[in-house]
Amino acid sequence: MFDIQSYMKAGSVDEAVALLAAHPNARLVAGGTDVLIRLRHGSRDFTRLVDIHGLAELRFISLDPLQNIRIGSGTVFTDLAQSDLILRHLPVLADAAGSVGGPQIRNMATIGGNICNGAPSADSAPALFALNALLELKSNRGFRQVPVADFYLGPSVVDLKPGEVLVSIIIPREAYQGYAGHYYKYAMRKAMDIATIGCAVSLKTSGNRLADYRIAYGVAGPTPLRCPSAEKTAVNQMISDTLVSKIAAAVEDDVSPRTSWRATREFRLHIISELARKVTRTALDRVRKE
Amino acid sequence: MSGLQLKEIELYVNGTPCKRVVDVRKTLLELLREDLGLTGTKYGCGAGECGACSVLVDDVLVDACIYLAVWAHGKKIRTIEGEAKKGRLSPVQQAYVTEGAIQCGFCTPGFVMATTAFVQQHAGQTVTDDTIRKAHAGNLCRCTGYQHILRAVKKSMQFPDE
Repeated sequence: MFDIQSYMKAGSVDEAVALLAAHPNARLVAGGTDVLIRLRHGSRDFTRLVDIHGLAELRFISLDPLQNIRIGSGTVFTDLAQSDLILRHLPVLADAAGSVGGPQIRNMATIGGNICNGAPSADSAPALFALNALLELKSNRGFRQVPVADFYLGPSVVDLKPGEVLVSIIIPREAYQGYAGHYYKYAMRKAMDIATIGCAVSLKTSGNRLADYRIAYGVAGPTPLRCPSAEKTAVNQMISDTLVSKIAAAVEDDVSPRTSWRATREFRLHIISELARKVTRTALDRVRKE
Repeated sequence: MSGLQLKEIELYVNGTPCKRVVDVRKTLLELLREDLGLTGTKYGCGAGECGACSVLVDDVLVDACIYLAVWAHGKKIRTIEGEAKKGRLSPVQQAYVTEGAIQCGFCTPGFVMATTAFVQQHAGQTVTDDTIRKAHAGNLCRCTGYQHILRAVKKSMQFPDE
């Protein structure tokens, strides 16, 4: 039994928006894999719930007329990891979705919850950062769009304004078409673990050059982050082992990992650098295979 | 608003329709164990880590300890109690017995449900040990060392009719 003080079921996004407006202290629950565990651990932040669990309106993966990929915030990780559309166009996100928790968790946990809880270790976050994803939020003031990188304000703090519901995640056509990518989660265990470091790369080649290169990390700072100096080092350069080594060195200027019981700052820096190599190479291999 | 909140739900449990008024604070696991007396599904960690409470909701494997009872409204729940039919173990259960994949037995109901979901999804396919391990990564066993469970899953795959 959870210490739920008030429970309100929303039958639609509009209903959820109205309930949040009427009950400013209430919080959303979707998959429950995070909120219910926090409640179990005695958190007082989630005792008033607006329930959007299982809303069909929020569970979709689609291609819009402009070829942007739209993912409903209530889509569970199993859907993402198995979707033909995601596997074909956003392998970096399929990798990330497949590395979350274990099978039961992937069957329950939603991508929207993974982003809105603000965890720096969220597996989907580095992938969405590397895909220049946009978040579409709805409140009683209407819709607003925000780039995922601007949504993260600090550790466990996101720009989810009172009364807002994250409705969908949009991957713009120009951000994924012609790109290859990969996400790798380094953790102590192969499953049911939180990333020590997660690394996502999305890149585009033109002949022997890197036409575009984006690299993002989880747990490499207070929020998931992109690596502007490494990206600058990489773009328009000839693809070579030397370039991969330069990128692996440059990422260290972009990150600020901390020491925790899970790993020291020094160990994380080592993993960050090694993952830049490993993930970039896998992404390049995927370009060659296409 | 605070205090007791009740909600009427209708669900199917192991094929039997069932109507209950539930406290909205309850988990599906508590509904099964306390209200319906189905104590085969175990309470392990209570936090979605160990899989001892694994059940199928509309044939999808979930941890019943972090699944609200009210979410089961309109759903078909399968628990370990429904797997044996007319006194005959399901092929998955039989494979666990034959392979000796059980020691203390606490994790077994959850494992059997995980394997049942796995066999349904991969019927007729050739699967690697790695695929089997990944699909059972949400279930912990502290006795067997997993080797016998791995063998039981492989044996279960020989019965595609399940």
